[in-house]
Amino acid sequence: MTDEFAESRRAAHSELADHIEALAGDHCTRIEMLGDELVVTVPAASILQMLMFLRDDGACLFKQLVDICGVDWPEREKRFDVVYNLLSLRHNLRVRLKVEVAEGGSVPSVVEVFSTAGWCERETYDMYGVRFDGHPDLRRILTDYGFEGYPLRKDFPLTGFVEVRYDDTQKRVVYEPVKLTQEFRNFDAMSPWHGPDLMRVREALPGDEKAEKKG
Amino acid sequence: MADIRNENFTINFGPQHPAAHGVLRLILDMSGEVIDRADPHIGLLHRGTEKLIEYKTYMQAVPYFDRLDYVSPMNQEHCFSLAVEKLLGIAVPIRAQYIRVMFCEITRILNHILNITAYALDVGAMTPILWGFEVRERGMELYEQASGARLHANYVRPGGVAVDLPPGFIERTAIWCDEVMTFIVDMERILSGNRIFRQRTVDIGVITADEALDWGFTGPCLRASGLAWDLRKAQPYEVYADLDFDIPVGKNGDCFDRYLVRVEEMRQSVKLVRQCLQKMPEGPVRVDNHKITPPPRALMKQSMEALIHHFKLFSEGYHVPEGETYTAVETPKGEFAVYLIADGTNRPYRCHIRAPGFAHLQAMDKLARGHMLADLTAIIGSLDIVFGEIDR
Repeated sequence: MTDEFAESRRAAHSELADHIEALAGDHCTRIEMLGDELVVTVPAASILQMLMFLRDDGACLFKQLVDICGVDWPEREKRFDVVYNLLSLRHNLRVRLKVEVAEGGSVPSVVEVFSTAGWCERETYDMYGVRFDGHPDLRRILTDYGFEGYPLRKDFPLTGFVEVRYDDTQKRVVYEPVKLTQEFRNFDAMSPWHGPDLMRVREALPGDEKAEKKG
Repeated sequence: MADIRNENFTINFGPQHPAAHGVLRLILDMSGEVIDRADPHIGLLHRGTEKLIEYKTYMQAVPYFDRLDYVSPMNQEHCFSLAVEKLLGIAVPIRAQYIRVMFCEITRILNHILNITAYALDVGAMTPILWGFEVRERGMELYEQASGARLHANYVRPGGVAVDLPPGFIERTAIWCDEVMTFIVDMERILSGNRIFRQRTVDIGVITADEALDWGFTGPCLRASGLAWDLRKAQPYEVYADLDFDIPVGKNGDCFDRYLVRVEEMRQSVKLVRQCLQKMPEGPVRVDNHKITPPPRALMKQSMEALIHHFKLFSEGYHVPEGETYTAVETPKGEFAVYLIADGTNRPYRCHIRAPGFAHLQAMDKLARGHMLADLTAIIGSLDIVFGEIDR
């Protein structure tokens, strides 16, 4: 990516940030620039108004909702982020909206503003269990029929709970609890001599706890 | 004779159907031969890529991107590499940028050859796929020469590309470009004016520009509706700003226009590949920071530090500073993007993948409604659906 291009994009996006602040500032809880990208945090209640403003305002014209996804932050009070990525073809701008939502909470569906939100919200529901109020057809989308749990949550194990195989005696596919021939091993390979503060990780690194006991 | 009952019925299309381009299951509400409602059931190829990536180091995550849209692997590796590089704050050497762009365009040609010819096969033309696969196979050989693999290259990596091009590669690619141009002429001769092909595609699956935006269309499907939007032009990455190419645009947004846009894109891609071959300078193909890219093998035999770097890189990997980015590139199918959140460790905290086909397939109901059952295969073919990326 060319530097001058990133620079001009940063300028355009911070200009847009001022514009949003001025006209829809009371709908937003936080407007920030991350590098050259603009991120706006919005309370769940005003996501619809905010999206309509961004879509129809002359200086924004974000006609395209590119993507919706979820993020899980288990240690936070409002555990999930629902992230909306918008693209304005007219002004060549991007903006990212974030809505924080607690476990068991819900976000208003934006299908009536952008048709493409339908499947994106279904995917977020499927992966994180975030409900979308007013969604016309909130079913699971990517996981198996009859799947239980929300696989992209941080507390969902990588190996899952159920596995399937074809049973030759019953002549059908059977579901069984996951049996691993070897215990699941999660190597993080982080070097103990880097120290947790240096790398800003949340827990002590493996090996470091020994050093602390000695001292 | 007893009175004839007219009744709507539901049929199941797929998941194993040659025209479904993978494992697409469609529940179709039919009224006679006419489709009342199409409900795609996806996820039959869901492998949990996003979850798996959270448990891998940044370098180990790259091969997963080959396996998303398995017809255009390198474009997706490229997108992930760009995202990681953005968070790391590094710029790759100019030769590596040219190699990347060249391979992205080679991949675009390979993707479009497969899509157009398979699409023609779906609507009844057998010949293009036979011709196309010969050219495509030769293109795969270029992949193989550079990366060692025909399909899942793992060639574009954060910090550059895996290895430099082998001797004679430039000449062989130039020859292949000529072959592609000949193939395009031949293919157009039997398809573009073909009466049957036109009857099957013109005015089928029409979507207007406004609707295309509303449904999140990108790439050739959006351009076929008349919007000249291409990330390579609008938000140029790598060396695209220095290269000369045009964006083909359709008029009617139907299946035939989507075909025409792809054909012209292949021509533009050949033009881009040729420019890359011409302009590619000599020089390094990876950043000279052995905390991110592996040291040369010869150096490891002599230098203890290089050996340590190599070991650390392939066990621990590198740490990416805290931050998040949404990085998008123009893959053959449309806007492919990676939303990457790094937490300062050696693994991504979250890596969401935005697949263009996901949005396109969602509009299936809108596109197919009111059409005949036989038109459905034309619509699926024209959307360029690959389930690796849709199901992830």
